[in-house]
Amino acid sequence: MRSLFGLLRKEALHIIRDKRTLTVLLLLPVIQVVIFGYAIRTDVDNVRLAVVDPAPDEMTLRLRSRFTAAAVFRTVAVLPNEAPLERLFQKGAAQAALIIEPRFAEHLARGIPARILIITDATDPNTGSTIQGYAERVVQQFEREVRANAGVLQIVPQARLRFNPTAESKNLFVPGLMAFILTIISSLMTAITITREKETGTMETLLVSPLRPWQIIVGKVAPYLALGFISIVGVLLEARLIFRVPIRGSLVLLLAEGLLFILVSLALGVLISARTSNQRVAMLGALVGTMLPTMILSGFIFPIESMPAVLRYLSNIIPARWFVVIARGIMLKGIGLGYLWQETAILVFMALFLLVVSTRSFSERLE
Amino acid sequence: MSEVPVRVERLVKRFGETVAVNEVSFSVEQGELFGFIGPDGAGKTTIFRTLATLLIPDSGSATVLGKDVVKDLWDIRPRLGYMAGRFSLYPDLSVEENVRFYASVFGTTIAAEYERIKPIYSQLEPFKHRRAGALSGGMKQKLALSCALVHRPELLLLDEPTTGVDAVSRREFWDLLAQLKAGGLTIVVSTPYMDEADRCDRVALIAGGKILATDTPTAITRSFDRPLLSVRAADRYRALLALRGFEHTHTVFPFGEVLHYTDKRSDRNAAAIAREVGEFMAGKGFDADVKPIPASIEDTFMERLA
Amino acid sequence: MTSGDLIIEAKDLTRTFGSFTAVDHITFDVHRGEVFGFLGANGAGKTTAIRMLIGLLAPTSGHATVAGFDIARESEKVKQAIGYMSQKFSLYEDLTVRENAALYGGIYGLTDVQIRERTEEMLQRLKFEHAANERVRAIPLGWRQKLAFSVSLLHRPPVVFLDEPTGGVDPITRRQFWELIYETAQGGTTVLVTTHYMDEAEYCDRVSIMVSGRIDALGTPSELKSEYGVGSIEDLFVRLARPAESAGSK
Repeated sequence: MRSLFGLLRKEALHIIRDKRTLTVLLLLPVIQVVIFGYAIRTDVDNVRLAVVDPAPDEMTLRLRSRFTAAAVFRTVAVLPNEAPLERLFQKGAAQAALIIEPRFAEHLARGIPARILIITDATDPNTGSTIQGYAERVVQQFEREVRANAGVLQIVPQARLRFNPTAESKNLFVPGLMAFILTIISSLMTAITITREKETGTMETLLVSPLRPWQIIVGKVAPYLALGFISIVGVLLEARLIFRVPIRGSLVLLLAEGLLFILVSLALGVLISARTSNQRVAMLGALVGTMLPTMILSGFIFPIESMPAVLRYLSNIIPARWFVVIARGIMLKGIGLGYLWQETAILVFMALFLLVVSTRSFSERLE
Repeated sequence: MSEVPVRVERLVKRFGETVAVNEVSFSVEQGELFGFIGPDGAGKTTIFRTLATLLIPDSGSATVLGKDVVKDLWDIRPRLGYMAGRFSLYPDLSVEENVRFYASVFGTTIAAEYERIKPIYSQLEPFKHRRAGALSGGMKQKLALSCALVHRPELLLLDEPTTGVDAVSRREFWDLLAQLKAGGLTIVVSTPYMDEADRCDRVALIAGGKILATDTPTAITRSFDRPLLSVRAADRYRALLALRGFEHTHTVFPFGEVLHYTDKRSDRNAAAIAREVGEFMAGKGFDADVKPIPASIEDTFMERLA
Repeated sequence: MTSGDLIIEAKDLTRTFGSFTAVDHITFDVHRGEVFGFLGANGAGKTTAIRMLIGLLAPTSGHATVAGFDIARESEKVKQAIGYMSQKFSLYEDLTVRENAALYGGIYGLTDVQIRERTEEMLQRLKFEHAANERVRAIPLGWRQKLAFSVSLLHRPPVVFLDEPTGGVDPITRRQFWELIYETAQGGTTVLVTTHYMDEAEYCDRVSIMVSGRIDALGTPSELKSEYGVGSIEDLFVRLARPAESAGSK
């Protein structure tokens, strides 16, 4: 065991002394979460609204004020007719338009359908449909108000989105983002550290020693496990404090699952580097073999349910996909191992499998 | 220990199309300082890696300390000290950390082995906190040697430990090896520097994957079968070109201050040839000092190579 | 050998890195057509000095001219006027010899015609036409070094710098290489060489030995040997370098 400790101590010294890489490792997840978190927001607010109200009166004014009251819309122009709209949209001055028909109030009072037209700039279809959705809700709310005042009783189904009442995307995002960042770091770092020894020639001497391949691997992997753990803690702190993502379930379980996930990624990194002695090839392999699949197939950005069947099956072998489910479950739903044991078991199996395979492919010789 | 430290029989190793080691056979005796002398690409590193159990022979056999390098690698590795040049050091770790690491890998500590490595390690101790990357070439050699010795190996394999290092450090390194050998350690070294052959008990001259000769340095030089002359003249290059024009010249090469000349004919003795060459050179306008000399390892190597 | 024309002139050339003085006020000249041996232990400052002379590193103080150009102010002109070859890197392994020649020729501003002619001439002189279209990777080391040397001369520079050009090469090829050097020098090109083979030091017209950043010996091999009363340049080297060596640091 003394040899293993010697190896661990050496790795720790390497990591601590390599100030640049250390800074990148610790800061990168933090920086990336902030950037991604703020940048990839699919929430919308401050939507620039142009209103066409040819015959303003008390009703239309009330309708208009409902739009702005929600703070989701911001009126940037009030027009007597539709003519200037086209140019406003083209310039980008307006993202949405509310067109109220001239006899709005009159039709409402007489029980005839009163029409309004909501036009949305859908060059970005995602935002377009979100804005559309908001607008419709505002109108529905207005309609209920009007009806209630008229004294007609109606049962209005309430729709509330459970667990994510404001449907804020960041709650969905942050767990996925965690997985993404940890994958890159763990696989990448392990791949780099092993191939670097091969490139400098020190691996040769390690191989000739009584150290068995599994000991070399453990010695290499363990310090990055610790480093990855620090990263998770950093990301969670950030998620909690800056983004206010809730952690409704057990923090301990979350950290444990995080460690498990890092282990899987580290094992992947070892596997990648076992087959090459070139740092650059290893880096490329880690990026392509882990980052891309994680980005696309883990459910972090694109929902798995909407993928074609082939990709859905493929996503099952991406470790991040399972971790995203686990993390979202613990953070947003507050569930525990009772519900998550299957996903956890899959990760455990992956970890064991990858560790065994990578150890086997790590030759005890130069060839 | 009754087994021969190293025995290699008809070793062959190929890498793709290239035959790096081509039917090499040799053995190393207990307590010997054995040298592999040859240029880059001769196959030295491949042989060493095979002995260190890092490569598997394509054919032939190799045993180290009585154990087969293919089947018994885990028996050999703890008893072997192997250093591939100075590239086995961690440049961002200090001198002490490097030695301590290698000690720990073999299950021991610096303290436990201090007395044994002291002759070498004591020269490093004043710098023990310095990063290995910041050491001079000579110091790196000594560090590599300390790391290879710290676990009390029975056999030391050093692959080109003196390459790229200046003449002074090289001398000092060989002094250290002589000391170690005096203590009973068996050492196998490879080097491209011909003059280092004389510091070994026995050497194998190697080029292009084949061994040209294996014997003591003296016996090898004695095997040089032609008369050898040294020709000293003022304008060496012109003298060289002139001698090339001599009808009986077999080879003529620069050797430091002088030229070394060998003759095509096998029926003259050295003194006679020396006179002839002297006259020839005088005729060409050179005031040349020509005399027979004993062959060096380098002369022998070049003759075998050609 | 010497025609009174100074190709390299260095006066009090100095280079420091922070508090460490790598090159300490060195002064020396090299004449046109000379073969000059630039010796020293690892860490003595040779590499730094050479980097300054070939225009890669600016001096901290002092000055030097190479082929008439000031190394501090006209470093780009210096680079155009010299040839350079080192043990660590000579030719691109993925390219053939002809492609390497075309590459270097192009970099140094030769026309296609010039490149073609000079490449053929070089291949004929070395008797290497048969393998001119081989990838360098497949060519044995000894040949690579000779070819690299010739390629570095394609643009006919007045001076060429060789950094341990014969490292690891077999003894016959080493000497053939030195014959190439002699031939080149005879043609008027100045050659500055560094080497760890002490016998090669004897081949030079003059040598300098650097110790701890300073030049401790400068002269022809015979002058130096009689001055210090030693039998070989190696003995001289040992005598000069040993006191510094025990300090053991860069």
